Parts: sequence; C-alpha cells; structure tokens
Amino acid sequence: MIPAPFDYHRPSSLNEAVNLLKHHGGQAKVLSGGMSLLPTLKLRLGSFAHLVDINRIPGLDGIKEEGGFLKIGALTRQSALERSELIRKKYPILADAVPLIADPLVRNRGTVGGNVANGDPANDEPAIMIALGATFVAHGPKGERTIAANRFYTDLYTTALARDEILTGIRIPVPPAKSGGAYQKLKRKTGDYAAAAVAVQLALDAKGAVASCGIALTNAGPTPLEAADAAKFMVGKMPDAKTIAEAAKMAAAKANPSADHRGSVEYKREMARVLAARALELAAKRAGGN
Amino acid sequence: MAKHKISVTVNGAAREAEVESRLLLVHLLREVFRMTGTHVGCDTSHCGACTVILDGSPVKSCTMLAVQADGAKITTVEGLEQGGKLHPVQEGFTEKHGLQCGFCTPGMMLSSVALLERNKNPSEQEIREALAGNLCRCTGYVNIVKAVQYAAEKMR
Repeated sequence: MIPAPFDYHRPSSLNEAVNLLKHHGGQAKVLSGGMSLLPTLKLRLGSFAHLVDINRIPGLDGIKEEGGFLKIGALTRQSALERSELIRKKYPILADAVPLIADPLVRNRGTVGGNVANGDPANDEPAIMIALGATFVAHGPKGERTIAANRFYTDLYTTALARDEILTGIRIPVPPAKSGGAYQKLKRKTGDYAAAAVAVQLALDAKGAVASCGIALTNAGPTPLEAADAAKFMVGKMPDAKTIAEAAKMAAAKANPSADHRGSVEYKREMARVLAARALELAAKRAGGN
Repeated sequence: MAKHKISVTVNGAAREAEVESRLLLVHLLREVFRMTGTHVGCDTSHCGACTVILDGSPVKSCTMLAVQADGAKITTVEGLEQGGKLHPVQEGFTEKHGLQCGFCTPGMMLSSVALLERNKNPSEQEIREALAGNLCRCTGYVNIVKAVQYAAEKMR
C-alpha cells in the first residue's frame, strides 16, 4: 500500500519545525517514530500534504532524573525505555507496560512522545502518565508551555496540543520513598491493543496507609480515563483487600468502552475491575505495604 | 512534490537514489535496488517479513519512508552471507529445519542476528520475545528457536 503524495520536511531545529507547522497549518503532521502515522497514511485513513520529520532534531531524546522530575524526551524510543536501568529500578509502572507495547520491532522505532501525543485511547502510555501525575512539555510559536497529562486528552485523537505545537518531553515527579506502581493489561496476542488495562501509582505513609494515589484506564472510552474518585477513596486508608476491591469497583465504573472483537461492554468493564484490583495490590506490594 | 536525493549503505555498499517522499523503505530495497530478499508480507506492520537491520536495530521496512533512512546503514538478508560462507544464523535455520515455505525467513533471521549481537547467550524466553514481531505460519516456532540456539552456540 502506498500513501497519498505529500511533501517531506526534515527540520534540524525545534524552531524550524514549529515554523513549518505554523506555515502549513492543518495540512502538516509531525512524524516521530511513525508507527501509527505510517499505517494511517498507507491505509489512507488520513492524509497530510506535509510531514515534518522531527527525528533529526538534537536534544529531543533521553531519560534522566533532574530537579525532582524524571524527564523523558519525546523522541525516546520505546526500546530505550525498555532497556533503561533507571526505569527498571524506580518506575515499575513503565517497566510493566513497555514490553507489552506492540512488538520489539515496532518498539525500536516507536517513541514515547508519539505514544502520548497521538491521542489514541488504546495507547498505553497516556493512562500511565495520568497515573504518574506527569506533565507534557509543548513547544509552539510563543515558546514553551506545560500541560498536565490528565487535562491533555479532550476527545478521540484530540488533544490540548495546538496545530503548531510539538510535544517535546514528559516530566514525571520523582516518586517519594515507599512508592509503587503497576500496569496490568489484558490483550489477546502480541501486537494487539488492550481489551482493558489499568495504570496505578501510589505512595504509602509511615504507617502503611495510602498517602497519594493515581489510577487511569486504557482503551475504556474515547480518551484515557482518570479514575479520580477511586484514587481519592484509597487515600488515607490501608491498602487491604476490602479497600482495594471497593476502589477497583469505582475505577471500573468509570469505564465506558465500546463492544468490538476484543469483547462486549460488560466483559471489558469487568476486566477493568479485575485489572484495577490487581494493579492496586501489586503497586501497594511494591511500595512495601503488604 | 519534490524528490529527495538520499544516500544509504546497504550491506556495506554505498548506494544513492532519488526518491519520492512517499516511497517506503521496503520498496526502495526491492524495486529501486532490486534486492528482493526483503519481503512484503502483511504490509500493515504486523508480520515482520520486511524486517531489516537499520543502524543496529531491526525494524519493519514497510513502516518507514525511504527518505527517513537517508544516511543509515542497512543490513538485509543478502548481506548475511560473507564470501560464500553462510552466517551462523543461516546455517542454524538450515540445520534445524527453521523454515518451511521460507517467506518469513529473511525477517526471522535479521531479528535473530540483531538479538545475538546484543545478547550472546539468550534464553529460550529471550529468543521468543525478540522474535515476537515476526510471524511464521508454517513451523510453529519450535525449530526457529532451535535455529537461533544453534547460531548462538556457534558464535560463542
């Protein structure tokens, strides 16, 4: 399958890229890893007159802790995240999730920035970033601004990013001591999107009660869904089986999935409940709770 | 629509081409360079028959533009044999009956080569995980895993 014709641009700086987006308006699309964009163009589900390839812009990739944040550059490949010692040690929510994204060949090209900026509710990292309380950094003609992950997704494939803005990085608050995270995903086979998946990040206080909690659902509606009520319910309580079961019910009540070849609405909502309970239990265990 | 002049190194040889923006890497290899060892299978980024090694990493060449590969070093299945001698991975696929129809084999072998460059002594699980993006519809993977294990031993 051959994409419809387009003009290809390869800017060497962020300003040049932003100017191209500004100049071409809605006719231009950012090309990062291309693992969603290329299939879209080939299947002609979408077409753009201009592609702006950001792969050669220096400084857009990298994984480091700095100033109280884990900073992940937008161009960081999923395979780099997968092999990062820092991620393996301190961010189990991501270490759980990344090996379950697509397949190893796709992860060699696919980027974290593309995964979160595309606005596909089936992508795994948006819910994870919401659970982690992350903010996204965007560059536009007026410079840099930050957008909270839980305010970024406005509708199906629609985000708070303006047409002339580029998502350049992600900032995740470094978790406090006694923190744990988990990502639980149900999928039919390698390369498939989730039938249901739940991201949890929590911290415990000195007594072992939940001090803070973030919960979000993947592929359970037109956007990634934050289960704020369920997360708030956990705070101040011991993460015991009864509390977790109740919070999981509240999280699943948020799910508004559509029926497809992965299952019925009822099945997906029930799986969201089961996975939320498992993710909460695992996150609490990893935080040193029980 | 402007054409783009690109340079790539394919199996050690410098190549140049003038390409349309929308030309896919797999078509550059097959139709411009006439190297048909890289296969088009599903054409939707699932099967991995089009796998090539790009700057050290195995990627799906049906899901990448040729112009994106400008300046890159590419290894295709044609580059595995050196001076009439099969690569240990090729030898493994022969010895262990790692193929039946052979359609997925170039991609399987390139993913395997890239794995063995990164990990000299992979476990069965690691081999299966590294090949998770390459689909075989004939053999059921058992002999493919044996082929990679054979190559790993040979290369140690």
